[in-house]
Amino acid sequence: MLAKRIIPCLDIKDGRTVKGTNFEQLRDAGDPVELGKLYAQQGADELVFLDITATVEKRKTLNELVKRIAHEINIPFTVGGGISAMEDVSVLLQSGADKVSINTAAYKNPKLITEIANTAGSQCVVLAIDTKKEEDGEWYVYLNGGRTKTDTKCFDWAKQAVDLGAGEILLTSMNNDGTKAGFALDITHQLAVNLPIPVIASGGGGKVQHFVDVFEDAKADAALAASIFHFKEIEIPELKQELNNKGIVVRI
Amino acid sequence: MNVVLIKYSAGNIQSVLNALERLGINAEVTADLEKIKSADKVIFPGVGEASSAMRSLQENQLDSVIKELKQPVLGICVGMQLLCRHSEENNTDCLGIVPVQIKKFNGVDHHLKVPQVGWNTIFQLQSPLFKNIKEDSYIYNVHSYYAEDSAYTIAKCNYGLNYAAAIQKDNFFGVQFHTEKSAAVGDRIIENFLSI
Repeated sequence: MLAKRIIPCLDIKDGRTVKGTNFEQLRDAGDPVELGKLYAQQGADELVFLDITATVEKRKTLNELVKRIAHEINIPFTVGGGISAMEDVSVLLQSGADKVSINTAAYKNPKLITEIANTAGSQCVVLAIDTKKEEDGEWYVYLNGGRTKTDTKCFDWAKQAVDLGAGEILLTSMNNDGTKAGFALDITHQLAVNLPIPVIASGGGGKVQHFVDVFEDAKADAALAASIFHFKEIEIPELKQELNNKGIVVRI
Repeated sequence: MNVVLIKYSAGNIQSVLNALERLGINAEVTADLEKIKSADKVIFPGVGEASSAMRSLQENQLDSVIKELKQPVLGICVGMQLLCRHSEENNTDCLGIVPVQIKKFNGVDHHLKVPQVGWNTIFQLQSPLFKNIKEDSYIYNVHSYYAEDSAYTIAKCNYGLNYAAAIQKDNFFGVQFHTEKSAAVGDRIIENFLSI
């Protein structure tokens, strides 16, 4: 049976791992390659590396980092952050990334999704959506790392992205991110059961029970978390063992 | 040992090369027909669409050379599918080395997401390829098409139905999953192939 996936996310700035809370404060959490290898050995199912380096000049170091990761890590990994054109994607895939995650650029230029899907296959297109539940009870798409609100509803954009060729959705709830109070079950469920592609839930995982809930109740295909892994609040082997004990299919 | 990776239009060659390097194996990536013929082991990778991959083989005369190989050959993912007879993906006639049909997952009938993305288990393992691999080991998959279960199945996987996760006919082996991304299990399978 296909297993539910546990995906540590490593935020990268200038070649180092950092993690913000609610997209703001950043803390150093070490070397990305070493940390990624450790997670792979511990049983992480995939890795996501999000580059939050601002300048174009420093982004060149990202490709060198991706090459190092690809040489040393024997599980799939996704690279995202600041990807705006097909050329960025081609370089990252050639450097050894298995998938790329695109966000703001895809919203502004939806054809980018199709272009990547047609060139490299849907399986390597992860559409990342940052979403926030507003007072009207609806989930809206936010851009630019959560700084810019749009009037587009999360589900509508996700569905459109599937039609354009996206292979997976990485769904981050801004309401939940950094709270460690649990994932956004309602919007995750809506996407996971209505879309024909896998949904990776992100934002809010703080306890084992939150992962149980997001897999059992929200039907997520995968769950992503960062700082709880970086700071050993939950370790991957015990998380997977406990999920297994609760009857959730995970790779152990 | 002289290991070559067949170079053609399909992707994941670099990933397979990286996996071999991690195991201390220096493989050569080549489309040179003589080098492929004289190699000790041939790895035939592949990610992408079947008909264009098949066309790329034909344009480089690789199709006829692959069929004639006598040494152990390992097709991975689309590489495995191309070893078979025919693929439903764009109605493609493949190499026809293993008389097996490649079909598309029926996601609607089986209430499954297609492609299958992620870790699934392999069982009924019956080949030196799976020496010291436990039944129900997890391997990493990304695919919409699968090889039908047949007399050539050497490992099964279930995704809505049982299908061939791996096939073998004579010196030709094929795995649907990505050994190069399947952690320690994948590394072990590659090592097993290289010691056949």
